[in-house]
Amino acid sequence: MAFVTANWNPLGESFYRKIELYEMGWNLKDGLRECLVAAAPYGGPIALLKGHYRRSPSARPQLEIYSSSGLPLASFPWKSGVVKQLGWTVSDDLLCVQEDGTVLVYDLWGGFKRHFSMGNEVSQSQVLETKIFHSPYGTGVAILTGALRFTLATNIDDIKLRRLPEVPGLQEAPSCWAVLTQDRQSKVLVANGSQLFILDNTACTPVTPPGLSPQASSIVHMCVSFSYKYLALLTDSGHVWMGTSNLKEKLSEVDTKIKTPPKQMAWCRRPKSQQPSAVVMWDGLLIVVGECKETIQYHLDDDSVLVPELDGVRIISGTHHELLQEVPGACEEIFKIASMAPGALLLEAHKEYEKESQKADEYLREIKEQSLLSEAVRQCVEAAGHEHEPETQKTLLRAASFGKCFLSNFPPEQFVSMCRDLRVLNAVRDYTVGIPLTHTQFKQMTVQVLIDRLVYRKLYPLAIEVCRYLKTPEYQGVSRVLKHWACYKVQQKEESDEVIAKAVSVKLADAAGISYSEIATKAYESGRTELAIKLLEFEPRSGEQVPLLLKMKKSPLALSKAIESGDTDLVYTVVMYLKNELNRGDFFMMLRNQPVALSLYKQFCKHQEQDTLKDLFNQDDDHEELGNFYVKASYKDQRLEARVALLQSAVDEYYKAKNDFSAKTTEDEMRLLRFQRKLEEEKGEQLVGFSLHDTMTTLLSVGLHKHAEQLYKDFRVPDKRFWWLKLKALAEKEDWEELEKFGKTKKSPVGYLPFVEVCIKHHNKYEAKKYVSKVTPEQKVKAHLAVGDMEGAAEAAIERRNESEISTVLSRCSATTDHLLMERLNRAKATAVKK
Amino acid sequence: MASHLFCGRVNLNILREAARKDLREFLDKCSGSKEHEVEKMFTLKGGRIPSAAVKNIVFFVRPRLELMDIIAENVASEDKLHPRDFHILFVPRRSLLCEQRLKEKGVLNSFTNIDEYILDLIPYDGDLLSMESESSFRECYLESDQTSLYHAAKGLMTLQALYGTIPQIFGKGECARHVANMMLRMKREFAGSHTQILPVFDTLLLLDRNVDLLTPLATQLTYEGLIDEIFSITNGYVKLPPEKFAQKKQGEGGKDLPTEPKKLQLNSAEELYAEIRDKNFNAVGAALSKKAKVISAAFEERHNAKTVGEIKQFVSQLPHMQAARSSLANHTSIAELIKDITTSEDFFDSLTVEQEFMTGVDTDKVSTYIEDCVAQKDPLIKILRLVCMQSVCNNGLKQKVLDFYKREILQTYGYKHILTLKNLEKVGLLKPQSTMRNNYPTIRKTLKLWMEDTNEQNPNDISYVYSGYAPLSVRLTQVLARPGWRSIEEVLKMLPGPHFEERQQVPTGLHKKRQPGENRTTLVFFLGGVTYAEIAALRFLSNMEDSGTEYIIATTKLINGTSWIKSLMDSPEENLP
Repeated sequence: MAFVTANWNPLGESFYRKIELYEMGWNLKDGLRECLVAAAPYGGPIALLKGHYRRSPSARPQLEIYSSSGLPLASFPWKSGVVKQLGWTVSDDLLCVQEDGTVLVYDLWGGFKRHFSMGNEVSQSQVLETKIFHSPYGTGVAILTGALRFTLATNIDDIKLRRLPEVPGLQEAPSCWAVLTQDRQSKVLVANGSQLFILDNTACTPVTPPGLSPQASSIVHMCVSFSYKYLALLTDSGHVWMGTSNLKEKLSEVDTKIKTPPKQMAWCRRPKSQQPSAVVMWDGLLIVVGECKETIQYHLDDDSVLVPELDGVRIISGTHHELLQEVPGACEEIFKIASMAPGALLLEAHKEYEKESQKADEYLREIKEQSLLSEAVRQCVEAAGHEHEPETQKTLLRAASFGKCFLSNFPPEQFVSMCRDLRVLNAVRDYTVGIPLTHTQFKQMTVQVLIDRLVYRKLYPLAIEVCRYLKTPEYQGVSRVLKHWACYKVQQKEESDEVIAKAVSVKLADAAGISYSEIATKAYESGRTELAIKLLEFEPRSGEQVPLLLKMKKSPLALSKAIESGDTDLVYTVVMYLKNELNRGDFFMMLRNQPVALSLYKQFCKHQEQDTLKDLFNQDDDHEELGNFYVKASYKDQRLEARVALLQSAVDEYYKAKNDFSAKTTEDEMRLLRFQRKLEEEKGEQLVGFSLHDTMTTLLSVGLHKHAEQLYKDFRVPDKRFWWLKLKALAEKEDWEELEKFGKTKKSPVGYLPFVEVCIKHHNKYEAKKYVSKVTPEQKVKAHLAVGDMEGAAEAAIERRNESEISTVLSRCSATTDHLLMERLNRAKATAVKK
Repeated sequence: MASHLFCGRVNLNILREAARKDLREFLDKCSGSKEHEVEKMFTLKGGRIPSAAVKNIVFFVRPRLELMDIIAENVASEDKLHPRDFHILFVPRRSLLCEQRLKEKGVLNSFTNIDEYILDLIPYDGDLLSMESESSFRECYLESDQTSLYHAAKGLMTLQALYGTIPQIFGKGECARHVANMMLRMKREFAGSHTQILPVFDTLLLLDRNVDLLTPLATQLTYEGLIDEIFSITNGYVKLPPEKFAQKKQGEGGKDLPTEPKKLQLNSAEELYAEIRDKNFNAVGAALSKKAKVISAAFEERHNAKTVGEIKQFVSQLPHMQAARSSLANHTSIAELIKDITTSEDFFDSLTVEQEFMTGVDTDKVSTYIEDCVAQKDPLIKILRLVCMQSVCNNGLKQKVLDFYKREILQTYGYKHILTLKNLEKVGLLKPQSTMRNNYPTIRKTLKLWMEDTNEQNPNDISYVYSGYAPLSVRLTQVLARPGWRSIEEVLKMLPGPHFEERQQVPTGLHKKRQPGENRTTLVFFLGGVTYAEIAALRFLSNMEDSGTEYIIATTKLINGTSWIKSLMDSPEENLP
């Protein structure tokens, strides 16, 4: 523990430390000499292109990819053109920019993914220099061509090439340049001698860094901070100017006293940095400059590369991998020699406690007296996050935990999540994994992305462990990892379909929300249709199965899956697809085997394709439906002949369907139509389209009694109904004479109460009374009441000794006029009740 | 605005809010701003869209092909000089078929946004959800198109996403089975993507309408049921003849009677309506007069208000009292309108026949009453309701009887109705008697579908909603809760379709710990429609002391006998879909 500060160097107000991350696992004969190197930020992979300077076809350069700890991931001879620059995308893909402006994209494992061109202009005038940069829009590529023009693509996944305006007076390659992201735009900052320009889409604007030392005649190097907020310039006089990247403010200027051009320069900042600082590297020497005149100097044994990070700079050499950063505030407070910060005291207290010394209490008391204990705990937890050594982390966390015991209501979340985070970080920092993330980087990157990266490196078990440990929802965590695993698995050509399908299903069995169709698509894309079908069996979402099955030309299966889903729209989609793909016969056959699809298709045809509907019924010998079809069609036609013909077809079909009732009824309908037509022609009465009932009513109302009678007989209309019909029609006409005649033709099958009622309905009390006497005894009371004869009604009711009838009459009596009647009724009622 | 959704056991407002959020998000996308000023609303029809000074036109449509043709016509005839942005919002789901159609018509690219508005179950009241899918029953049983069932299953999944997994699913009928299967399937699909919620519903009961074809045919006798039967309630509103609602102001003496129908919203937010809606109509009069006394007593209070404080107190209650008074006036008028009909001889006769059928009197021969009604050419739907009812109560009619009715109907109302009759036969509402025994009496007796001594004023059984007949569907629900379906295994076998029970795993830790005396909550889903009287019966069960179960009702559509039969009719003369 005493050595925590051993690697600390003071610079101005703060300290810098250099931590060894790894001793590199690779075995490079010449170190990084003569190598093109690219290391991805956030502890990403490292790509090396060895011997790319030698341009003989016999000795091909070798492209090698390593993890941050130097473990080999891929290695292959470079067979394409001359590479000018290597770089990594935000999703850990390797970009190789060739001299001719072609950019080749490889995955982490050296697998070729795709290529794209930076445009004709670039390929004609060749690439002079190139820079790969990251912005909120993705990974971009900037190229300086042989014609001294800049071409830029902000996002390689959605390439929109932009050629920037010319830089005035530029005769040869600029001394240095950098890409900036400002105001949602990628710009290029170019130095030509002592002149500085900003290039954006439309203009080239000269700019001056405020307060740049006058001794300088040329800017030889520049670098932009990770966040694009700050800019550092190195002049030929050896001065480092640091300021904001919008060139509005100068932060400091330091003389390095070295005038040779450096190999690399990078910002060395962290969020909440105490001072601006940059790292400049020459052969064998590394200098950290800040605000003060002094600098920190490190000796370098070996050729190295600087990798700027969010919170420091990584230094990769042939043998080592180190992190240089400003010591975070919390660590400084705790570990600075003779610090009296609460965290430092708590750490001390805990140490004494472990030694079982009473001093522990004294320290604790001191903190508590200032009521700084929660601050102390917070400091220890935070510092633990910034420490790389698990031992140091543990010491700090133990101290924090110890301090927590003396606090009530201290929220535990920060402590708990720090413990979890550190466990994950220590796991991924492990040499075998080789992702040296700091806690700050981890928080910026998010767990999701970390899991993606682990998956990308095929570290599936670790990824799953991390998900489970951090309790990531299964859907976004474990299931996603397993899906990637399965996608990888199905591409393993050496294993049989059965083995893979089984392995996948066993592993994924109880994982929630797995998209098997994605896995199956992968299998199909790698030419394994059978495996794809097997995998699709596991897909619970039919909506996902169907499109792929159609793509694989497995239409019967697609159809049954669509039906299984219950999603009728999906069924329709397949049916319509099949309709276009198959010939009509096959199409109908396939539908025949799938009743659900068939009935849906019939629905569709009913609205859209009447003729197809007929064909379908014909195919199934569905005579009943064919009959209905013709009946429906008959109503669509205006011409009588056509209607009758269609109805005849319907009759034929109904007979074939052995539906005699429908056949006979339809024949009746034809008969009626013909009759109506005939009468229309003869008598000029509008009849076609009327029901039999309405036809007869019309005939009666115009006095064509004979014809009505004829229909009554021909169509065997029940007596009752005909009587009702006729008496209503006559009453409507107020043909009372005819009504009376009709009433006397024979005994009415409906009785005579209806006669009374229709008369009353047409306000003819006189006629109504004629029929009252003929009404059956049961209906007498009603009849009398209908004509308003209270006496008669009372008489009838009393005679029948029917209590409810008596009550009915009573309820109709008015107390003033029918006084006597009511008395009689009440008496009768009393006797009726007794009985 | 949606206070009626809060009052139930389950806060259905959550569902409403979720739906509103989705809509707002879509509108955000369309206009690109946060303002959603709806300028005008038009009903979809062919030709050019009437002009309106707007930038965006949103089509809210069901995914049906016919509608796509209309939309295509709308878009094609748009003024090219002043183009507006078009958007489509499919309710409740996007359809590839429809999009394909728009593509064929060459207008698909004219749409800036094509999206779906997942609105399957619409909250109608604190305990009532409806899909308002008009033709659901027809599609399922007549056309073998189970689209609405898919939407029902999706709707239930949405419900479970908001109210937690329903641990128990019971069902009866083919459609119920299909919906349950889809739900279980979808559960696997959604597995893991849902946040876990403590289950609100204990049980889901899925019921096919064709398990109980009888109930909707009977005339509903609750207040709300009668309003629906006579004036038909659409989307929670009813239009009434205006005469009885004339504002009687002094001096005007009813000079100008309003001619526009009176439109009233009906839901439980209205205190009085909530109180009387589910009562048998014969008990409504008493309830109204009691309420009248309470209200006038409350107004009388003002004479007792002496101090300034008391007066202030009284004034503060005035708005509420005035609302109550106008509510009372409205319902008194409605009750009068209904009474005119229920006291008519026609109504009485028809009800008598219905009740005879339901009790099994003379169901095997031609009914003189129906015969007379046909002879007098009463409305066809009334005849169809009665004939179907007779058929259902007799488990089919003798061939001779059936043919007689059919001939009578065809001769009287026209031969075109042959298609309608075939439809009714196809869905089982009309059928010739098979060799099988008529099992309706057994069902009636076992399930106690007919109660002789029904108390309409202070009911003690659900049979009050039909003044004697206890709806079969609700009896099944009641028996399920206590003592369980095992006790009626035999009867269940007589009813069409399978009956089943499924359990859904609820994650440990989400098991409900029921407080002693706390009721269970059951969601009853009527596939193919439900009547207001059935809802009333279920509410009665919820409120019954120590019933132990509260019911939330969901359905594809709120129906009554008339609208139901209408949905099954085919009129070939019109170009109806």
